[in-house]
Amino acid sequence: MSDYFKVKRPGLISTFQDLGRKNFYHIGLPFSGVMDKRNFLLLNKLCGNNLKDPVIEFAYQGPKLEFYGNTRNIVVAGNVNFVIKKKNKTEINGECYKSIKLENGDIIDIISTSNSVYGYFSVNGGFSINKMWGSYSTTIRPKVGANNGKKLQSNQKIFLNTYNNSDIRKLDFINTKINFIRILKGTNFDFFTKKSQDEFFSKKFIVTKFSDRMGMRLEGPKIQNSKFSNIKSEGLVKGVIQIPTDGNPIIMLSDHGTIGGYPKFGVVISADYDKLVQIPTGSKIKFKLIELNEAENLYKLYNMETKNILNRIK
Amino acid sequence: MLKNIYNLGDSALYCDFGNDVSKEINLNVIKYFQILKNNKIDGITNLAPSYNKLVITFDLDKINFNEMKDKILNLKLTNVSFGQTKNISIPVCFDDEFSLDMNRLTNKLNKSKKSIINLLLDNSYFCYMTGFIAGMPFLGDINKSIKMDRLETPRVNVPKGSIGITEQFCNIYTFDSPGGWNILGKTPLEIFDTSNEKKPNLIDPGDQVTFYEISKKEFIKKKDE
Repeated sequence: MSDYFKVKRPGLISTFQDLGRKNFYHIGLPFSGVMDKRNFLLLNKLCGNNLKDPVIEFAYQGPKLEFYGNTRNIVVAGNVNFVIKKKNKTEINGECYKSIKLENGDIIDIISTSNSVYGYFSVNGGFSINKMWGSYSTTIRPKVGANNGKKLQSNQKIFLNTYNNSDIRKLDFINTKINFIRILKGTNFDFFTKKSQDEFFSKKFIVTKFSDRMGMRLEGPKIQNSKFSNIKSEGLVKGVIQIPTDGNPIIMLSDHGTIGGYPKFGVVISADYDKLVQIPTGSKIKFKLIELNEAENLYKLYNMETKNILNRIK
Repeated sequence: MLKNIYNLGDSALYCDFGNDVSKEINLNVIKYFQILKNNKIDGITNLAPSYNKLVITFDLDKINFNEMKDKILNLKLTNVSFGQTKNISIPVCFDDEFSLDMNRLTNKLNKSKKSIINLLLDNSYFCYMTGFIAGMPFLGDINKSIKMDRLETPRVNVPKGSIGITEQFCNIYTFDSPGGWNILGKTPLEIFDTSNEKKPNLIDPGDQVTFYEISKKEFIKKKDE
C-alpha cells in the first residue's frame, strides 16, 4: 500500500491547487488555482517536485495530518506556525522553506498562518489525486477538481506518489510586504465622482471578514457612483475591483464569478496579486494608480525575481 | 459590430460591441467567441462572452495587450454556423415551497400567480450567455409585464434549480448560490453535469429554451430518476 496522510483535522479551508484551469470561463468556471503563485513554485522546488504539481493550500488554520509510510520529506511555504509531533511524543517546531523528515506515525499540525492568509504544504513525490478538466485545482461551489471538488474532510486519506529524490533542501526567504497595491483604471472608472476617485487612492481600506477565494470585500471611504450603479452583466477577471451601490469595493479573486453587473473601478496588476491575496482580515490596504506599460514591466520584474529565488534552491 | 477594445487590467481585453442588449448584437459576440474558440490564438487563456461584451484573458508571459489587440482587430471573420444550437424544454414546479418570491411578484405586478406563470410559459427564450456560476444560463427576453428589479437585499443562498427573473431576463441557478433574482419555481433537471467534460452545460449560448409546468409529485419523481 502506498504512503498516505490521514486527515485528523482538515483546517478552515484546505484544498488541492495547481496553476488553475483554462478555457472554461464561458460556462462559468473561473481559473481557480493557487492564490499565491510564488509560494507555490518555491514549495514545489523545495520538495523536488515538478514546478506545476498540485499542492495543499490552506487559509489561516491549516490541516493536522498523520503520516503512514516510509520516511518522507515535507515542506511548508508561507508565514506559517506548525509543529511536528513525533511518535515518541517529542515535539519539533516547524520551520518554513525547509525539508523536514516525517516518519511513520508522525503528525504535522499546521496551526496557523501569521500576518498572512494562505500557506502551502507538500511532500516529495507529491499527492496522488485525480486531474479534472486539465487541472487538479479544486473549485468548491461547482464541485470541480481533485478530491471530488471538495475541501479536505476529516478522516480522509491522502495518498502519495512514489518519489525519485529525497534531497534535503532549504531556502532563506522572507515574504516581503508592499506599501501599495497597484491598480489600473477599470472600464467604468469614470462612473465615480472625482472626490471618490481621489479618496480611493488617498485613504485606506480594511479587509473585512467576508473575504475568501472568490473575493475580498473592503470597507473604507464610500466610493460614490454618479452615473449608473448597475451595468449589463459582463465578463470579469481576477483582480477586478467592482463597486456595488453601497460604495464598498469587492476585489475578484481566483474563484470569482465569471460574470457580474457592478461597475468596475479598477483592476489589480498581475505583479501584485500574490501580495494582495495574503493581506489578512482586519488589515489595511492602500492603492496606487499606475499605467499599463508600468504594470507590464512590473510583471516582468516580479517574474525575474521569482526565478532568482527559485535558482537559489539547490 | 466590434466597436472598441480596451484593456481590463494588464492581462485581459475588453471587447465592446455596444450598450444595447439584443439578439443581433449578442450573436455578433458569439460569432467572435466561436471563431476564437476554433482558431486557437497562442496565449489566450479564457473567453467570457456576455450580452454585448467579450472579455478575453491572455497569458502575460507570452503576449501583451497591444499585441493581442492587433490579433483580434485583424481576426479573419468567417461565417459561423449556429447549426448546433438546440431547443430545450425545462420542467418547472411552481409549488409554494419553490416559488420564493411569488408574493412579492403578485403584489408588485398586481397579477395573479396563474397569470405570471402563464406569461413565463408562453415565451421561448434565447440563451445570451452562461456563467456567473458554472452553467447558469442567462435567458431572454421575458414578457415586459413581468419585468422586475433585483431583490433589494440578495439572498445568501438561492437553492439549486431555482428559476429566477430580473429586468428582461430569466435564469436557472445551477448550484446553491448567493443571488438577488426573483425566484418563481424550481426545476428537477441537472443543468450542469460535472461528469461530462466535453459538454457539462445542458444549455449553451444561442440555444432556445422553453419552460413547462409540472406538479410537485412529478418534480419529486423526476428528481429521483
